[in-house]
Amino acid sequence: MLRYLLNKIALLIPTLVGITICAFAFVRLLPGDPILAMAGEHGVAPARYEELKQQFGYNLPIWEQYARYVGEVATGDFGVSISSKRPVLEEFKTLFPATLELSFFAMIFAMVIGIPAGIFAAVKRGSWFDQSLMGTALVGYSMPIFWWGLLLIIFFSGYLGWTPVSGRIGLQFFFKPITGFMTLDSLLHGKWDAFRSALSHLVLPAIVLGTIPLAVIARQTRSAMLEVLGEDYVRTARAKGLSGARVIGVHALRNALIPVVTTIGLQVGTLLAGAILTETIFAWPGIGKWMVDSIFKRDYVVVQSGLLLIALIVMAVNLIVDVLYAVINPRIRAA
Amino acid sequence: MTQTEIAPMAAGSPDRLTGLKTFWHYFSVNRGAVIGLFVFILLVLAALFAPLLAPYAPDIQDKTAFLRPPAWQEGGSTQYLLGTDPVGRDILSRLLYGARFSLLIGAVVVTLALTGGITLGLLAGYFRGWVDVAIMRVMDLILAFPSLLLALVLVTILGPGLFNAMLAIALVLQPHFARLVRAAVMAEKSREYVVAAKVAGAGHLRLMLATILPNCLAPLIVQGTLSFSNAILEAAALGFLGLGAQPPTPEWGTMLASAREFILRAWWVVTFPGLAILITVLAINLIGDGLRDALDPKLRRS
Repeated sequence: MLRYLLNKIALLIPTLVGITICAFAFVRLLPGDPILAMAGEHGVAPARYEELKQQFGYNLPIWEQYARYVGEVATGDFGVSISSKRPVLEEFKTLFPATLELSFFAMIFAMVIGIPAGIFAAVKRGSWFDQSLMGTALVGYSMPIFWWGLLLIIFFSGYLGWTPVSGRIGLQFFFKPITGFMTLDSLLHGKWDAFRSALSHLVLPAIVLGTIPLAVIARQTRSAMLEVLGEDYVRTARAKGLSGARVIGVHALRNALIPVVTTIGLQVGTLLAGAILTETIFAWPGIGKWMVDSIFKRDYVVVQSGLLLIALIVMAVNLIVDVLYAVINPRIRAA
Repeated sequence: MTQTEIAPMAAGSPDRLTGLKTFWHYFSVNRGAVIGLFVFILLVLAALFAPLLAPYAPDIQDKTAFLRPPAWQEGGSTQYLLGTDPVGRDILSRLLYGARFSLLIGAVVVTLALTGGITLGLLAGYFRGWVDVAIMRVMDLILAFPSLLLALVLVTILGPGLFNAMLAIALVLQPHFARLVRAAVMAEKSREYVVAAKVAGAGHLRLMLATILPNCLAPLIVQGTLSFSNAILEAAALGFLGLGAQPPTPEWGTMLASAREFILRAWWVVTFPGLAILITVLAINLIGDGLRDALDPKLRRS
């Protein structure tokens, strides 16, 4: 197991190096002078320009600049945001929990509906439920989620007036973050009305972000289940006279879930891409909106470091999924 | 040389016909796929004949009719069937012209991604060794970023606009093709027919392009279809974020972006462009599912 893990990590090293090269190259590939680009619309005085050039090391040879950049990143120095003048890492730390909370509930939504629906569709293969579920899943999979979000706002916020249009929590509520999850923090502070407010803000974005994963999970669960239901051990279990529920719930499901777990892990990249759109629509203060806003503000220090940090997160999650997969499925470890 | 080429083709033509027939047989079993194909053909026709079908030019503004609701709603008229947008342009006309952009985006992106992916995948799978390692590491790297984020960043570098958005999306989608081709080439390379061609004296280029590639086409066609719909979705998302096609282009995502502030006042400016995206993407995905059933012998049940 340890050898498997080390092997996996070793394979990630070239990708890791590549990611840092991409982030490093980003600022240098921008049209025009990187310092002028970083300075924004106001520009800089010639003396200050030279000073900045020295400070950022743009007068050094390119490989020395890269080595310097890697050194900074490795010590946790991700630069200072041009627009807010705060360290990028600090901003990231305050915004990331919002994205995490949103993604977490989106995934819960997708799994709680997707897995049972997929199982039921497989068991009742060819039934009207199966057909309509697969049809709906295909619609979900084809959904432009930015439009889906707007539709939900029109209906639930505009027409019915049930949910707020944007934000994370009502402005009247304020408390010190403990976990960074608004729903959890409001409960920990014992504020029920704040919890209700946080939850009502969360519902629509979570549904929007969870829609594509829901479709993917339902389809994947169904096909994994169908495959397993045809296996000999399932037939044996049936022949032994075990109840249908036990055969499906224990014998089949346990094995069918292996590919589903992988699918769920692989959705993390999709989820983060979806978060960019979802957070923009609902003005959800997470890293997706942060990235888009920074692009428009030409805050390239944030874009550069955000790109790096997000890629690192995706990489780490994929590693965890790989390891989990090996834990559930010993056949993988040997390979 | 010419003779050896003509001979198998002449012998193969009835074969190919029955091949097409079996393909259509399996494809048409899937009712969804046929519906998808039908809708897609309608879309292509709408795009081709947009100037004839559209009641107005896409950018003409009627200053007496801002945010006019669709015909069936109170206040609407048959003059503007699907209503008008905030500056008085006919939504139906803009949607019809928008079909041109979406189909163009899909076609260009898939062509670019397919060309790039096939070239890189062939090189990697055929030559293996350091070529393979170098190419596939770069592909892994591209896949390490969430696709939309990478496209966003690329467009930031290249500058906003429809063509740059297409380039960025093609680059992001391309590794999927490269991986597919590489895997297929590695599987095919040691087969007898390839060895035979090699012994007969076929060069690298001929082996790669004429011998191996045609046998890897099935998964590529399926992936190409899925990428077509993906490209439309991502381009619309970029347009929606303001980094794709720029207004007043009647691209569907861009139309949505400029309609955003009116969502609570005029549902139709938001609903129709998005519905157009959904229908297009859904139709193509339905075709993709049908193609997979028809082309993948493993899933085919006799």
